[in-house]
This record gives sequence, structure tokens and C-alpha cells, in this order.
Amino acid sequence: MNAPNTFRAQPDERGHFGQFGGRYVAETLMPLILDLEREYRAAKADPAFQAQFDDLLEHYVGRPSPLYYAERLTETLRESAAPGMGAQIWFKRDELNHTGAHKINNCIGQILLAMRMGKTRIIAETGAGQHGVATATVCARFGLPCTIFMGAKDVERQQPNVFRMKLLGAEVRPVASGAATLKDAMNEALRDWVANVHDTFYIIGTAAGPHPYPELVRDFQSVIGREARAQMLSRINRLPDLLVAAIGGGSNAIGLFHPFLDDADVAMLGIEAAGHGLDKQHAASLAGGAPGILHGNKTYLLQDEDGQIAEAHSISAGLDYPGIGPEHSWLHEIGRVKYEAVTDVEALDAFQLLCRTEGIIPALEPSHAIAAVSRKAREMREDQIILANLCGRGDKDIFTVAAALGVAI
Amino acid sequence: MSRIAETFARCREQGRAALVTFVTAGDPAPAATGAILDALVAGGADVIELGMPFTDPMADGPAIQLANIRSLGAGTTTADILAIVREFRSRHADVPLVLMGYANPMVRRGADWFAEAAADAGVDGVICVDIPPEEDDSLGVALRARGIAPIRLATPTTDVARLPAVLDGAGGFLYYVSVAGITGKQQAAQASIDAAVARLKQSTDLPIAVGFGVRTPEQAAAIGGVADGVVVGSAIVEIVGVHGTAAAEPVRTYIQSLAAGLASARKELA
Repeated sequence: MNAPNTFRAQPDERGHFGQFGGRYVAETLMPLILDLEREYRAAKADPAFQAQFDDLLEHYVGRPSPLYYAERLTETLRESAAPGMGAQIWFKRDELNHTGAHKINNCIGQILLAMRMGKTRIIAETGAGQHGVATATVCARFGLPCTIFMGAKDVERQQPNVFRMKLLGAEVRPVASGAATLKDAMNEALRDWVANVHDTFYIIGTAAGPHPYPELVRDFQSVIGREARAQMLSRINRLPDLLVAAIGGGSNAIGLFHPFLDDADVAMLGIEAAGHGLDKQHAASLAGGAPGILHGNKTYLLQDEDGQIAEAHSISAGLDYPGIGPEHSWLHEIGRVKYEAVTDVEALDAFQLLCRTEGIIPALEPSHAIAAVSRKAREMREDQIILANLCGRGDKDIFTVAAALGVAI
Repeated sequence: MSRIAETFARCREQGRAALVTFVTAGDPAPAATGAILDALVAGGADVIELGMPFTDPMADGPAIQLANIRSLGAGTTTADILAIVREFRSRHADVPLVLMGYANPMVRRGADWFAEAAADAGVDGVICVDIPPEEDDSLGVALRARGIAPIRLATPTTDVARLPAVLDGAGGFLYYVSVAGITGKQQAAQASIDAAVARLKQSTDLPIAVGFGVRTPEQAAAIGGVADGVVVGSAIVEIVGVHGTAAAEPVRTYIQSLAAGLASARKELA
């Protein structure tokens, strides 16, 4: 396949990234989806919208987030590397955002769109609870009522975030159908939306769903990559050799990757959750799935030969989803981004490694990226640079980690 | 003329709306569906909608969600569904049968494969909940090439500007989803149905069947007074849920009551 002139011109006018993406929704939602697309085009061209978005990101979210050289992690990994090997590891510190993850970037953008469209009620799905907290936060900030759909299993394993959402005034609706995780929460949010299209805006938390969601979520999250690119150039006057980010739906990864896609010398690695192992239950749609249609888009899905969706598993609730954003499916298929997978056990090791070497407690989601960084750093020269997205902090995960380590707290 | 068109024409001659009935294939088990379909026909159903179970039925309410879980729990496969259709077709040469479901199980082996297999089994139409006209090339093209009607949905949110796109490439009948919502929950006000059907009729010659939330013979009769067809789903599926493998007889009795309701609302011959 010939490389396109640019990797940054997707999707096409129908919302397709190559064969992926699209608008696979019930007819009831189609007029609203088309409306949203029109409104997003108008907002994108409106300097006042951009100015309000930028202002909130700076003064409410706390952007730009720092770019940090992880010196002790770099040194620690060099100890077990061959002489001259062991790349420098840098982190984009999106875990320092207000609410503790990258999710807020997207929520700010979408709630401004919702208000622009005159919608008066917000719904969202959440897995780990980070997107739910971020949504509840912006709803409190702008005074809109908010209902968060969350798998009952996730409600149980993410109690601190459930309480945070309630403190922020959100209604949290546990979803008991299916495996009671993120996929089921998304089904229930869609059921609510279809019954309340007249007044309700659905803030989707990842770069997936029907067009224009994958595009607009990517655009709102691209602040991560734009900042990181400028910070790299101003700090050390060069671009990184490798970008690494964890992928559930893939919004933090596409946010980091997209501004670098046309930098031919920057390699990129997306990390899926291998759960118990790729030969067992996992959440790695690219590694273990096939193209299909779910939740509004065509993309790689974990499914059986009849197209029934498989239950995903990851220790990280935020990665526990059997699909992936359509732009990642496209980037995978054309080969611009490489994708690998990291198991629960590897992520837990990386979680502890970062705690002890850098004094940073990462969320379990970016712990998957850190595990891959550890793997790759030893294969790269000392003068090379890896930039990983530290997309969330781990306060919410300490109970899960304690349980996995056999510690009672 | 297709089986679907013939059926609606016959009902029109009889001065009544067609009774369109939905059950989920393989609920409670693949071997039980044949008898339930026969009961629908015996009770007076004119068109059969056979639901293809899916793990993620995001446009369905609790009743049909549970039917999907029961069916998949019983191990229902796409091959089982096609076998159910083939056997139904051998017993009922003239009763139209349409498959209804979600995109992924339909396109898993490719749209062409599905259209071919469905046509061979004797399927007359396909209703795919999550493939709107904008994505027609994912399935509609293959269906039309095999002579299967792609049955489109219109909803309260489908406005005049959008309706031509919905009708472009549509076949069989137009399914008017009378409430913005999921299956089996609330019923639309009759006045809004009357207005919507009148509006749709100005734009198409396809028969118009109205569904979502229809449960009683009285509701069916009221809708049958204006529409060409009345769709009943969740109420039947609930009977299957209660009676399981013994559902055929109570289903037949219930369908008879709906058919009687429709017959009572006979319209002036056009």
C-alpha cells in the first residue's frame, strides 16, 4: 500500500477512516448525529469557541501539563540493559490534570458543544470511572444535570470514583446486564439517549462511537500531542524517537499520536490490555479481534465466528472493552502505528516500578504503557528518546492493586 | 410480486391492516422456535419478523434483551437461525419472513455471504437496526442484489428533509417506530401516529407498518385504522419468556386476540 501524503486528513466526509468508523446507529439517533456534526464544524471554525476551550483548559484543567524526564526510571532500566543501551524516558504528565486523567480535556470540549446545541441534560458511560468523574465535574461546573452509566462490576471495583461522581452531583446508574462492565454501560447509555434525544447530549469518553465522535474526541485530546511536541522542541530541540500510550478505546493515545503522525522519524506504539494473556481472556481487540460493527462504528472487535461480542478482561477497568477507536484500526491496518499488548501481571509490575523509582503512582491504564516502555527502553540506544503518556493517576486503583498483591487495607 | 407485497395487498383487499409479529430466534432454544412460528401463523399473523439474537441489543428494552440472553444461552448460532427459516419456508410457502437484528452478526462473514444465505433459506426482507441509509453499502446493496427487501425504519425524529434518504433504496414495507426510545416500553399517542402515517404516506407507496409499545387488541385496532400494518414484538416475547418451550399455545391465543382486534377495525375498501 502506498503511504498517503498525510496521515492527518482522516476521516472522510462520511466519517470513515479507511474502511473503519462510520455512523452505525439507529434511525432515531441519525438526525441528532448529523446535527452534532454540523454544530462541531461550526464550533471548530468559531474563534470564540476555541478561546473558551483554551481558557478552560488553562485555568480550570491546569494545562499545559508538564513534560517530565524520568531520570531514575531511565537509570534503573539501564542497569539491566546492554552497554550503551537504555533510551531516555520522558512522560507527558496528563495525570496532573484536574480530576486526575486526560479525560477532562474531552469533557470540556463536549460540554461546550452540548450547550451550543441547547441540550440541557448530559449522559455518559464510564469504565474506570475517570470519564464519569470528568463528566460529572464539567456538569457541576456548568450546572447541567448528569447521569452516568457504569457497569455494576466496575461500580464495585471503582468505589472511590463512584463516590466522587456522587459528590459532584451526578446520578450513577449501575448496569447489571452482560458482563456489567464498560460495553454494557455504553449499551445502556445508548438506550437512554435514544429515548431522550430531544434534550440530552451524550458525552462519549473515548475516540469511538458514531461519526463525528471519534474525530471530535481526537481533536479535543490532541492538545496532549500538540503540547508535548512543542515542549520537546523547546526543551531539547528534537522530537522523540518513540511514542507509547495505553489503549482501551484509545483517546489518550490518539491525542498524543495525532500531532506527530506526519513526523516520519517518530515511531509509535499503542498498548492494548492482554489481561490474563492473549491466549486467555483479554481486551486486545487488534491482537485478538476482527473488524466488525458495534456502538456506532466499524472497528476491530473481540467476537466469535457469528459476530457475537466477546467479554473482555483487564485488571484495568478503563481498558476493559472489546473494541477500539476506528482511527487506531486504520493506523494499525496501514502500519503507521504498531500495537502490542501487556498483561495484568506486567502492568502491576510497572505500576510498582514507577511508584518506587519516580514517586508517581500511575493509574493501571498507563501502567500498561510503562510496562511496554520498560521493554522497549532496553532495546534502544542511550541517546534515543521515548515519550509515554502518563494519562491518569493511580489513587483510584490502590484497592485493586492491594487486592492483586494480596494486601488487606 | 414478492411475498411481502402480495401479503399487504391481500390484507388491503380484506380491508384490514397486516399483523406483523416478532419473536427472537432460538428463544428459549433453537428447537422450540419452529412451533412458536407456526403458532404465530395459526393465530393469524400475516408477516413474521424473526429476531437474530445479539450480545449487545442496544435498541431493545428489557423483554427483548432477556430473549437475546435466553437464545444465546441456549447456544443459538447463525446456522441455527438459517435452518429455522428454511424449515419455516418448507411449511409456509406464502408467509413472508423478515430477519431483524443488529449489523455485526449480519456482516460477520461479509454482506454478500449473508444475503446469499438468507435468500437461499427463504428470507424476504431484512431489518437492520444499526445500519442507517448512510451506511447502505455495508448491507443494502448485497440484499437488493439477491432480491431481499432492505426494510428501513422511520422514527419521530425522521423529519421531512431526511425522509427521502430513508426511502431511497428501501423495500418491502416502511417500519414506523412510533416512539423515540427502545422496544417494549411506552406507547405513542394515537394522534401522533395518525399524523405520522399520513405524512409518510405522502412520500411513499410502500406499505407502512407501525410498531413499538403495541400490546393490546384495542391498540392494534386503533393503529390498524390508519396504518397498513401493526407490529407486535415485546408482548409476544414476554409470553415466550414466561412459558418457555410450552409457549406455542399461549402465543397462538394471544395472536388470535390481536388478529380479531385488527379484523374489527375493518376499513372502507380503497
